[in-house]
Amino acid sequence: MTRRIIGPFNRVEGDLEVTLDIESGRVRAAYVNSPMYRGFEQILAGKHPLDAMTFVPRICGICSVAQSAAAALALAQCMGIQPPPNGRLAANMTLAAENLADHLSHFYLFFMPDFARDGYRDRAWFADAQSRFKAVSGSAAADVLPVRAKFMNVMGYLAGRWPHTLSVQPGGSTRALEEAEKLRLKILLAEFRGFLEQALFGDKLESVAALDSEAALYKWMKPRAKRADFPRFLNIARDLELQHIGRATDRFISYGAYADGDTTVFPRGLWADDRVLALDLGAIREDVTSSWMAGDVALAPEEGRTLPQPDKEDAYSWCKAPRLSGHVVETGALARQMVAGHPLVRDMVGRHGASVMARVVARMLELALVLPVMETWLRQFLPGDAYCLPSHEIENARGIGLVEAARGGLGHWLDVRDGKIYNYQVIAPTTWNFSPRDAEGEPGALEQALVGLEAEEGGNAAPLAVQHVVRSFDPCMVCTVH
Amino acid sequence: MNNQPLNLLWLQSGGCGGCTLSLLNADCRNLFDTLKSLGINLLWHPSLSEQSADEVTAIFEDCANGATRLDILCLEGSVLKGPFGSGGFHRRAGSISMMSMIERLARVAQHTVAVGSCAAFGGVTAAGINPADACGMQFDGDAQGGLLGDEYRAAAGLPVVNIAGCPTHPNWVIETLVAIAQGELYEDNLDVFRRPRLFADHLVHHGCKRNEFYEFKASACKPSDLGCLMEHMGCKGTQVHADCNIRLWNGEGSCTRGGYACIACTEPGFEEPGHPFGVTPKIAGIPIGLPTDMPKAWFVALAALSKSATPKRVKDNAVADHQVVTPANKRTRLK
Repeated sequence: MTRRIIGPFNRVEGDLEVTLDIESGRVRAAYVNSPMYRGFEQILAGKHPLDAMTFVPRICGICSVAQSAAAALALAQCMGIQPPPNGRLAANMTLAAENLADHLSHFYLFFMPDFARDGYRDRAWFADAQSRFKAVSGSAAADVLPVRAKFMNVMGYLAGRWPHTLSVQPGGSTRALEEAEKLRLKILLAEFRGFLEQALFGDKLESVAALDSEAALYKWMKPRAKRADFPRFLNIARDLELQHIGRATDRFISYGAYADGDTTVFPRGLWADDRVLALDLGAIREDVTSSWMAGDVALAPEEGRTLPQPDKEDAYSWCKAPRLSGHVVETGALARQMVAGHPLVRDMVGRHGASVMARVVARMLELALVLPVMETWLRQFLPGDAYCLPSHEIENARGIGLVEAARGGLGHWLDVRDGKIYNYQVIAPTTWNFSPRDAEGEPGALEQALVGLEAEEGGNAAPLAVQHVVRSFDPCMVCTVH
Repeated sequence: MNNQPLNLLWLQSGGCGGCTLSLLNADCRNLFDTLKSLGINLLWHPSLSEQSADEVTAIFEDCANGATRLDILCLEGSVLKGPFGSGGFHRRAGSISMMSMIERLARVAQHTVAVGSCAAFGGVTAAGINPADACGMQFDGDAQGGLLGDEYRAAAGLPVVNIAGCPTHPNWVIETLVAIAQGELYEDNLDVFRRPRLFADHLVHHGCKRNEFYEFKASACKPSDLGCLMEHMGCKGTQVHADCNIRLWNGEGSCTRGGYACIACTEPGFEEPGHPFGVTPKIAGIPIGLPTDMPKAWFVALAALSKSATPKRVKDNAVADHQVVTPANKRTRLK
């Protein structure tokens, strides 16, 4: 058996290293290390509760609004207030814009360039993939960057700027839309739809959203495999059999996305044992056995502590290990759509379990599902109605804020005492997915997903299959440790 | 302009990656082509380049030992010195600290650029108890020094160029890089905190859409109000060096246009203002942070006068989230 350290891993947001034990040409065990610690939870202690709105978006430049939204919900719960309808719509619009932009960036900038690597030069699709998806120089990057930048002008109207806005507040949004601006937003959404339908899908969003089985997906892909990017990916993925790699535990959680009163566009729940169950938040614990953190027992997040212990023996990551009723779970677009019951992802996971391919399909599906919802929200803003309720001081209260970032469920647990933040705990999506081993020795989701992959014992390059599996989770490492 | 493209190496350490994400919002045809056509070769960037793992280590090594010319070293994120000066809060391959890597590469770089307030001054990562012992490359807050020390000069002769901001505006970064590539960035082009004057010679107040409210001291009292954010809501735009309301963000945005205060994110130490971010600190009802270059007595006198002269339209709109009174139409030709 040989041990290889693979890192620094790029085209993941932030820093990542993976240690692989390789035996007989396959990965026998994987150890995922989040190698950077900043200490936001320690920074927040003692601050004025509303100052969280300044600090938490800066946990992460790519999930910035998701962090703001989670903090706003936790603070609103402490204050006992709920945003008026316009405020809720603005919050949903900004979060959805960030999530869709992230899905697009991940696909084009972070994930697809690996298929343009020299290791695939013998494949029939290589020349096409290389001219389209090569990092930095491919034609897709040139197409998508200005489209993404233009789409993010949605944030200019709704949030002042992105990343790191302060428009998202416990009471709603600080930015009321003028009537003329709704028209400009409508134009921005229409332009984005145009790009998705022409370049990404080669079809109407509604037709993509209606795909209901793996067979239907492959049939749909065939005539488009050379003229649109998602079908290009499917063609490659089928050739490389990416539906067979990257399976973790097939337990999925979603906190529920885009609240509308008591309902959500995508529901909250746990997928386990082939069905949707209620998500018991009280069953979440953060284990620190393999983390460079002090502590012996796994604590509930509302009681959680973040005390670095850099010299801790047998620890190998700054990431804690969240578990649900002791189980490793996966979160992300695939989890969201499994819980929501989209027939295409249910069919794919039913056949093969979670996989690199299913994770990418779920993200692309969400581009097709969510943009039409944004178009609907835009029509629902009520002229003249309030966007924001005033915040008020919090003396002693606890609040929880749960949202879905692009890459999965994000939770903030806030404890205010004597008017100051006493404890602030964050569990980010990639904290779940890229957690290290727990007290039982059970590896985290990515650690399990890497086992069994082909890998040479010698050589220096990171095996391509390993790279696909790692990036299929759309990891955000700066959020992971925070 | 030098005919050979300049090699740019981009590193990230104690930060959020937000300056890179902001850079991707650049209003240009295609960021990569733009850089290339302006004479910059992106040697490696953690979010954007193909090379991973050992290929990256090789690039770093080649730069450090001179096999590859390192023309521009950009750091995004603060330098993490902790625990106990070891740099252990950010290590690569289990041993080498990012802190030592940054130092090594900065010693060979022709130009060294701090992208964002974290890399420049420590920024948000240095807030509170500063758990990771974060600092900037050549500043620790507003004190000179940082990781590289006050005496540090990159090989071409400039100190670390601080493109401050949390995050940076994409065009601040691109224009600074272009100025470097053209050989047109000199020490005179940097302000006292070594920020490029191309954005730091303005105040956030310049071009603020709320200027009419400011003139009459018609102030916002709660989030989403249209009025001036200075008196009650913590806005420091009249003191902060940046051109956010001139060049705007994400199309037509800015912080004050977004309905919230300028929190001085381009200034060293902004992360610890000594008061809640959303509340203006005052003494005897007068904001402590008065507009830059404005004598206090004049400010107080003018504020009292303008408050007493505030038109009803301005007064009413200041505390609403949309115009409740629109400007009157005069019946005669405007003179």
